[in-house]
Amino acid sequence: MSAVLEIRGLAAGYGDFQALFDIDLTVDDGETLAVIGANGAGKSTLLGTMAGLVRATAGSVRFAGEDLLAVPHHGRVALGIALVPEGRHLFPSLTVEENLLVGGHSRRPGRWDVDRVLEVFPLVRPLLSRPADVLSGGERQAVAIGRALMANPRLLLLDEVSLGLAPVVVKQLYAALPAVIGEGTTVLLVEQDIGQALAVADRVVCLLEGRISLEGVPAGLDRARITGAYFGAGT
Amino acid sequence: MTWVNAVVQGVLLGGLFALFATGLSLAFGVMRFVNLAHGDLAVLAAFLAVSTTATLDVDPFVSLLVIVPGFALGGYVLQRFVFNRTMGADPLPSILVTFGLGVVIQNALLEHYSADSRGLDAGAIETRSATLTDDISIGWFPLLTLVVAVAVLVALQLVLSRTRAGRAFRATADDPSIARLMGIDDRAVYGRIMAIAFATVALAGVFLGIRQTFGPSDGPTALIFGFEAVVIGGLGSLWGTLVGGVVLGVAQTVGNQVDVRYDLLSGTLFGHLIFLTVLAFRPQGLLGRKGRA
Repeated sequence: MSAVLEIRGLAAGYGDFQALFDIDLTVDDGETLAVIGANGAGKSTLLGTMAGLVRATAGSVRFAGEDLLAVPHHGRVALGIALVPEGRHLFPSLTVEENLLVGGHSRRPGRWDVDRVLEVFPLVRPLLSRPADVLSGGERQAVAIGRALMANPRLLLLDEVSLGLAPVVVKQLYAALPAVIGEGTTVLLVEQDIGQALAVADRVVCLLEGRISLEGVPAGLDRARITGAYFGAGT
Repeated sequence: MTWVNAVVQGVLLGGLFALFATGLSLAFGVMRFVNLAHGDLAVLAAFLAVSTTATLDVDPFVSLLVIVPGFALGGYVLQRFVFNRTMGADPLPSILVTFGLGVVIQNALLEHYSADSRGLDAGAIETRSATLTDDISIGWFPLLTLVVAVAVLVALQLVLSRTRAGRAFRATADDPSIARLMGIDDRAVYGRIMAIAFATVALAGVFLGIRQTFGPSDGPTALIFGFEAVVIGGLGSLWGTLVGGVVLGVAQTVGNQVDVRYDLLSGTLFGHLIFLTVLAFRPQGLLGRKGRA
């Protein structure tokens, strides 16, 4: 498999606070990579730096051969990078349908459209004309994922899909994931729920205080090693 | 029946207020940007119409063909190269910059046109009117102003609610950084919004100049009326701006009607009182949504 994303020596942060240090990471085309780690480990920052929420301070990122960090933030989605941000962040004054359509504002050519999103997330269909700020958490998350898919991403960044949702809702959302992933989309998945993450991922990286503390395939990782990388114990 | 006439004239006057306030409302609604030079820009447009009509020997309405696109371009350029740099969590830089711009415009006008009051001559339409009853007659020009104001607001509302660009405007208003993730360049959106705001204020300025005489220092007063219309109607709501303009217009003309007997209670003061009443009892404005303003 060929690498679609090559991160070298990446550093990023917010003002004086540095959240990522010297990250090296390669993601293959079509791969699903889970990024795990404790709160504040830099997982969301890593995704945000790819998508254009956070400015990188050092390093390089090549995406499909392009120098990603040279592309303005609003130009990332047209290259094929879509982020489902932590906390969903739907546009509250827009309807659900308008949220989906805005997701396709700079869409690449591809197969995702409103109908197809509704096929994958049937619970969204009756909500189309509702304002986005009246939805439940699970509904919001489904719309947020659908909104990202509308861009026909090559690289889908999912940040904390399960956070704050009832287990049954999380199960529904993850049940829909193969329909997304199964069609060649590369996925970077940030997840607090490690069990859930390991179940869907081809590979896992663990971040600890802004650095990669572990990298491997789920089958090759035992609980003790993950715990160590997660909390920094024994290192 | 004079009271009915006062209300009718107030509604017509409200059209001018609404047209003038549209740009303020739009800039605040989409980008939380307060433009203190808005009134001076209207006066600038009126003065430029004086020069254009004199130089090209055309009607003030024809001068709009030059002035409105010119203002739109100016608004876009100012936003992209000046105003965008002042925007952020702190509203003070943008307030200072636009306040300064207003001072510059006023003094440049004073320098170039002197302090004399001017007027724009639009010909016969200024004096023609339709007589409805003995007491009520509707001037063609005030009616035209109201029609133009409603048309502009309806058109803007349609653009905002029905088009791809309008959707991008609203998404940016909700959350510019998330809008960026959707491929929307928020800085360019702000430029376009300011272009529309400038175009509408140019339109309003020329209409103002046809309706009444104006001088270089009239901008701040116009700005206050514009803000009152926006706040009465509800910040960031275009329909609210229309309603706010009409309420303010009616308040002023009815106040003037009262003024026949009471010297103190002039129309302007009456308008201010209505504004303060709305601010005290319904701070989100007549059509505003709670929590957004």
